[in-house]
Amino acid sequence: MATLPNAVPDYLNPDSIRTGLTRRKLLDQVFVIVGLVLMFACLGILAILFMNLVLDGSERFGWDFFTNFPSRRAERAGILGAWVGTSLIMLVTAFCAVPVGVAAAIYLEEYAPKNWFTAVIEINVTNLAGVPSIVYGLLALGLFVYQFGLGQSIAAAGLTLALLILPIVIVATRESIRAVPKSIREAAYGLGATRWEVTKDHVLPYSTGGILTGMILGLSRAIGETAPIITIGALSFIAFLPSSPITSEFPFISFKWLNDPFTAMPIQMFNWVSRPDQAFQANAAAAGAILLGMTLLMNAVAIWIRYRFRKKINW
Amino acid sequence: MASTAATTKSSDLVLRSGLRYRKIRDRIIETFLLAAGLVAVFTTIAIVVILLTESSAFFEHVSLKDFLTDTMWTPLFADAHYGILPLVAGTLTTTMVALIVAVPVGTIIAIYLSEFASHRLRETVKPILELLGAVPTVVYGYFALTAVTPLLQLIFPELPGFNMLSAGLVIGLMIVPYVASVSEDAMRSVPRYMREGSYAMGATRLQTALRVVVPGAFSGLAAAFILGISRAVGETMVVAIAAGMQPNFTFDPREQAATITAYIVQVSLGDLPHGSIGYQSIFAAGLVLMLITLIFNVIGFSLTRKFREAY
Repeated sequence: MATLPNAVPDYLNPDSIRTGLTRRKLLDQVFVIVGLVLMFACLGILAILFMNLVLDGSERFGWDFFTNFPSRRAERAGILGAWVGTSLIMLVTAFCAVPVGVAAAIYLEEYAPKNWFTAVIEINVTNLAGVPSIVYGLLALGLFVYQFGLGQSIAAAGLTLALLILPIVIVATRESIRAVPKSIREAAYGLGATRWEVTKDHVLPYSTGGILTGMILGLSRAIGETAPIITIGALSFIAFLPSSPITSEFPFISFKWLNDPFTAMPIQMFNWVSRPDQAFQANAAAAGAILLGMTLLMNAVAIWIRYRFRKKINW
Repeated sequence: MASTAATTKSSDLVLRSGLRYRKIRDRIIETFLLAAGLVAVFTTIAIVVILLTESSAFFEHVSLKDFLTDTMWTPLFADAHYGILPLVAGTLTTTMVALIVAVPVGTIIAIYLSEFASHRLRETVKPILELLGAVPTVVYGYFALTAVTPLLQLIFPELPGFNMLSAGLVIGLMIVPYVASVSEDAMRSVPRYMREGSYAMGATRLQTALRVVVPGAFSGLAAAFILGISRAVGETMVVAIAAGMQPNFTFDPREQAATITAYIVQVSLGDLPHGSIGYQSIFAAGLVLMLITLIFNVIGFSLTRKFREAY
């Protein structure tokens, strides 16, 4: 009987259990510290880099920066052509991507039968989200610029970015449509509404928040995309504006600007970054800070809209 | 009496014709919606067709053997060489550097957020992480060139102004939010009872995280890594700005080299006539880029399949 304590295996020995437990708990603590440090290091590095951007560009901020064309003299160079170009491109992108994206999402959620054909569309949407953006640029160069003859124009750039953000709009819209409870649809069907009436009068009003969020997130992605519009041939030195959309003669609206050559904010920034002259780095930083500010602002608006609509709806 | 009957009859007619009109309208609208859905399919087809047709014109001038074995890529020089290897090497090197940063850091942050962090911290940090994914890549390129490279030159004094190390590190930093966010979602979806079973056996949080949650979410983690790789391979502006645009057949991240994407940008910046060999060469490069992305995705898909856990 005296041999019994020795027969107890080591892992049942209270002392070894206790030391093992302390060690494992210590490892837990170490991991928590490592996790926290890494997380805040990432956030911190990025915060420092953004501050750096604003500080580097601070000497350029001012009214002139927005109203001057690019110049060979860094301190006189501004972003007039770039921000006008970016705004017009975003207009085209929103006009193309939002209706098509929302319609595709409605089809997939409300109409599509469950078959291989629908599966093909769904797989396509998922895959398109993973295609590198420069490949969209190549597609646009071959298709829009040369096959459709749009040339290196605002229309070609807007369409390219529209294709690029289409998956984002579709996915966001689908999610918000899916969040509308079935009971609402069934009540409407029960009163004799057709499928489109149910969608238009019930599903869409409830999912407006989600659709708007998706649209803004998509546009905030498009605004910073550089590679695809370099590929289709944006000019980096442009000293004139696209023709005005409002004219003094009847019919007062002109679409000539769609065919005009253009530059855009990220292109302008890239052009300044790649100049050897150090003075232009300040211009690049200022343009980058404005671009970044616009993206963050759009994202903040999207989050705010999502929050507001979520609060307003009580099922 | 008769008039009432007449009204009922006519209103019945109105109702029926109204219903027919509404049904026809529904069909028309459905067709439009389907057409919108097909835009996605046509985009994919158009990408494949454009890349194949334009690169087939390229391969009429260049033999596939030269393309795959030549170690020089100088399509725009008088002494033209068309070996894609230097560009592929550049792409793989920057991707490797990026992954060495992004995979461990992203996974640790994901484990921390999913298994250790309080609800409030998680709900605060996740939107910020997603916000970081929205930062334009040209801005990251500026950081790589003006902040990271000078820092690295303090450690490696002989480091050139353009180098793949700095570009790769910044791409890694850039994809950490993606990897962390998608991995965290995957770990969240491991059911609670599996954790509880592990805790009941006396396991600590870390043991549960590493031996129960991570294996359980492995297919999701693989998907997150593949997403990160795809982004790193296709990343354009950071490498175009910070890694230089000289094709250079090397796997040493301290050297400067062009990636596939940087080459496409470099050619697009110049004025290139439609149909010239330079014009065709960017489509051939794009085709190779798509193939590399595809290979990684197929590997990821089979990994996801193999390790999928059903609850």
